[in-house]
Amino acid sequence: MSKLHNYMETRSFALMVGILLTVMVGGIVQIAPLFYIDSTIEEVEGVRPYSPLELAGQDIYIREGCYLCHSQMVRPLRDEIERYGHYSLAAESMYDRPFQWGSKRTGPDLARVGGKYTDDWHVFHMTNPRAVVPDSVMPPYGFLNDKELNVDLIGAHLAAKKAIGEPYTEEMIALAAADMRTQVDPDSDDVDAFLTRYPKAQVRNFDAKPEITEMDALIAYLQIIGTMVDFDEYEANVNDNAR
Amino acid sequence: MSNNPSIIKKANGAILPIGLICVLGFIWAVLVASRGVDPVIKPHAYMYIFAFALAIFALVYGVMQNKFVYNPYEYDDGVIKAGVYATIFWGIAGMTVGAIIAFELAFPKMMDAMGLSWANFGRLRPLHTSGVIFGFGGNALIATSFYTVQRTCRTRLAGGMWPWFVFWGWQLVLVIAGTGYLLGITHGQEYAEPEWYVDIWITIVWVAYLAVFMMTLVKRKEKHIYVSNWFYLSFIVTIAMLHIVNNMALPVDWLGSKSYSLAAGVQNAMTQWWYGHNAVGFFLTTGFLGMMYYFIPKRAERPVYSYRLSIVHFWTVIFIYIWAGPHHLHYTALPQWTQTLGMVFSVMLWMPSWGGMINGLMTLSGAWDKLRTDPVLRMLAVSVAFYGMATFEGPLMAVRYVNALSHYTDWTIGHVHAGALGWNGMVTFGAIYCLVPWLWKKKEMYSLRMVEWHFWLCTIGIIFYITAMWVSGIMQGLMWRAYTDLGFLEYSFIETVKAMHPYYIIRAVGGTLFLLGMFVMTWNVWKTIAGKGDAYALTDETPLARKPAVDAIPELALGE
Repeated sequence: MSKLHNYMETRSFALMVGILLTVMVGGIVQIAPLFYIDSTIEEVEGVRPYSPLELAGQDIYIREGCYLCHSQMVRPLRDEIERYGHYSLAAESMYDRPFQWGSKRTGPDLARVGGKYTDDWHVFHMTNPRAVVPDSVMPPYGFLNDKELNVDLIGAHLAAKKAIGEPYTEEMIALAAADMRTQVDPDSDDVDAFLTRYPKAQVRNFDAKPEITEMDALIAYLQIIGTMVDFDEYEANVNDNAR
Repeated sequence: MSNNPSIIKKANGAILPIGLICVLGFIWAVLVASRGVDPVIKPHAYMYIFAFALAIFALVYGVMQNKFVYNPYEYDDGVIKAGVYATIFWGIAGMTVGAIIAFELAFPKMMDAMGLSWANFGRLRPLHTSGVIFGFGGNALIATSFYTVQRTCRTRLAGGMWPWFVFWGWQLVLVIAGTGYLLGITHGQEYAEPEWYVDIWITIVWVAYLAVFMMTLVKRKEKHIYVSNWFYLSFIVTIAMLHIVNNMALPVDWLGSKSYSLAAGVQNAMTQWWYGHNAVGFFLTTGFLGMMYYFIPKRAERPVYSYRLSIVHFWTVIFIYIWAGPHHLHYTALPQWTQTLGMVFSVMLWMPSWGGMINGLMTLSGAWDKLRTDPVLRMLAVSVAFYGMATFEGPLMAVRYVNALSHYTDWTIGHVHAGALGWNGMVTFGAIYCLVPWLWKKKEMYSLRMVEWHFWLCTIGIIFYITAMWVSGIMQGLMWRAYTDLGFLEYSFIETVKAMHPYYIIRAVGGTLFLLGMFVMTWNVWKTIAGKGDAYALTDETPLARKPAVDAIPELALGE
């Protein structure tokens, strides 16, 4: 070994190649198999790509750095399951780019936040967190109420995700902007067609304003998080799911 | 002497490729500004246009005025001096933002009162982490590596203008990335937040950095490559690999800001923490170990304690570190086999990490008395002690059952800052206190008493910071899992947030003390460069390259 080191220590390119080979091993062993071992992601019903409005909401969630204080990963520990709900499955984040598991809980985990609070609660809470939860340390996000969402650009986002391999159809991309309007308009005639494309999506005027705001998108996203899988049907103890 | 025309060389070889890069960047930026549909990227397009136009102008002006000449027998120290300024600037900027967000968590009504989207915690936090890691740390690493590689290879930096390209390119990275977070442009992966068009620019600058460093090694006048350079090289090579793999993404629009990662969910999580943990491992550990291996022996005027230990711990550190990433994902939806590998390698990492600590501290053998009299050496030694502490705490926290408690809490934040403030911060301060008199040819720093003040401000600030975070982190972890006698969860989440309040105040105060130390250092550096106090000018006119390269470090004793 010391001869090998001596060889590299006197040859700059040999040293560089030696370093590169040494540091490549760990990543190859740990990362590459995750792409081809089938059991890495459980087979579950219900997980689908985000609707255009939900995706816009997730992009806002990322833009504002929500992931820096909120995890989306319920660990299979007794207290977390009782506090938040069923532990998170790998399948539930298969359309998150990037993943939103987080690393810090300055605020609570959000992996099961969908359906937990009303839309009104979210609007009030995000506009003035301390008016709703006096001891909260969350920043205020009232400005989302005033920013109108740019509906026309969302189709390109869906197309990019399709190009990477998400199962969006050409129809979904073509209808992306229209679907965004539909999701905030429960009286629309397109609601049923929209719901066949995006099952379980919440169709409401989330912030009760006439225009589509960033607040609408963010709440649409928050209300779908953790609700796609029906855990009454999920068999945790089947061999393929016990990892 | 230095202007002797017979030995002057022109740096024109680098001008054309650098100019071409700037022109291409300029064209892309103009397209974005004129054709792009994405409104948030526009300010960046204008910044790129301004920066590249300025660079092209400087290149043309420099060539016309014949400015780009150098003496190949002299060390290239101008770029290192610039690096010292940049290190201090980004240190103050990044740490100020850190103090602001610490106060935001202690007194969230600050954010209500400001009501500014860009001043919220979520947007400022990446500015803080990038500012200190890549701004302060990155500039310190580039500057000290350029200094060290020249002295230990007894040759001038390779590439003529390229070192300056690396320096200015890196500043552009920092400005674009940092303003992007404020504007809401982020890729959303921790410590890899810059979007795709910044990532490409980072890649160009980083490859240039690798090339400059490698080609300097290639033309060295010493047979052996000194240990600092192994560590610096491993840092540069590995960061290139990590950066490229982790940032693979498809832009929504080639003239827009947003992109989506090629990997999603669980694979994306593993790739991210392979990157994230090794940004710590190779940016903040092996890079700074390279710094330690040059500045401690030089300042203590003692040889490195053990050559054999440095070989063993170098190869084991770089091999094992890369496996440790999954300990950030214990109990998550990452497959258990990967988590277990991460945990096992994290625990194994303890020993090679301590190999570095032992080698650094034992280098003081025979010079321990200087810890009493030389505050600069004390700063360097204490930084190594903090390195040792953080690299013991890390493996402990990587054990799955400890992690169940510590993860998601402030304990992690405290751990990171023990390393970042104690190890990276203090070793950098020590290196700056060595470098400034050497570079500006002064006898000593303006005032060693001020170094003493800086040392104690740092130390007390760090102790406030990490003890507050230990208490708050462990307390919050225990409160989350506390049950009443009847079997119900004892605390609501918000009760655990409320309990953090006093510790958030103590943490903010500790961070502010550390920041105050930065200002003390800035003043001291300023006065030193101005030649005040003890910093009188040395009148030695011998060109640096003709001097013995390293007085203190003897020939590498092979087969010891």
